[in-house]
Amino acid sequence: MAQSVSLILLLLGALFMFLASIGLVRMPDVLMRMHSTTKSNTLGVGLIMLGVALRFDDFAIAVRSLAIVIFLFSTAPVAAHMIGRAAYLSGVPLWDGTLSDEMRGRYDLETHTLSSRGKDIASAQEAGSD
Amino acid sequence: MNILINITFGLLILAMFIAFVRLVRGPSLPARVVALDMMAALAVGIIAVYSVATGQPIFLDVAIVLALIGFLGTVAFAYFIEKGELPWRKA
Repeated sequence: MAQSVSLILLLLGALFMFLASIGLVRMPDVLMRMHSTTKSNTLGVGLIMLGVALRFDDFAIAVRSLAIVIFLFSTAPVAAHMIGRAAYLSGVPLWDGTLSDEMRGRYDLETHTLSSRGKDIASAQEAGSD
Repeated sequence: MNILINITFGLLILAMFIAFVRLVRGPSLPARVVALDMMAALAVGIIAVYSVATGQPIFLDVAIVLALIGFLGTVAFAYFIEKGELPWRKA
């Protein structure tokens, strides 16, 4: 019983990672690609590790696979945040159909401060670019 | 029972190939780094499934180390993309 459940968990995790890789190719823009990969990758590896823990039925191995899951759950958001921030700040173009970009003109690249009064920085940047 | 493991391997390897397509084609460096991060997670999954297929739980240690290295690599890439001078950045 536990063996079949673990096999189904492994298959489900692999399916999630496969869907994540399809999103990685099909999505039009870096931030959308990250939206597809980071979440389903975490879920996929989590399911696979759960399957491994069930399969071997040993406390030490269960703890080891749980360590991988905890490590991944705590580091994947950090890595995704850093990559998204670096992509946005380095000026990678967003998708043409993007409806709102709240940070445009509100983040000063020189002083690294975020301002809610966006107009000052935006006008300063436009003046600087002209 | 064995065929399910084979299907799992097939899905993961196909996913690795598709992610590699994005790594080669990706127009910007952050897109490539996202693909590389995805490939590191896929490698962790493949190692875990391989340890199930062979019945050798010792391979899980490799998966732990690979997860650590993948995270460090992604963070380092992000740091240098944000700090460094890159061709597409507006001057």
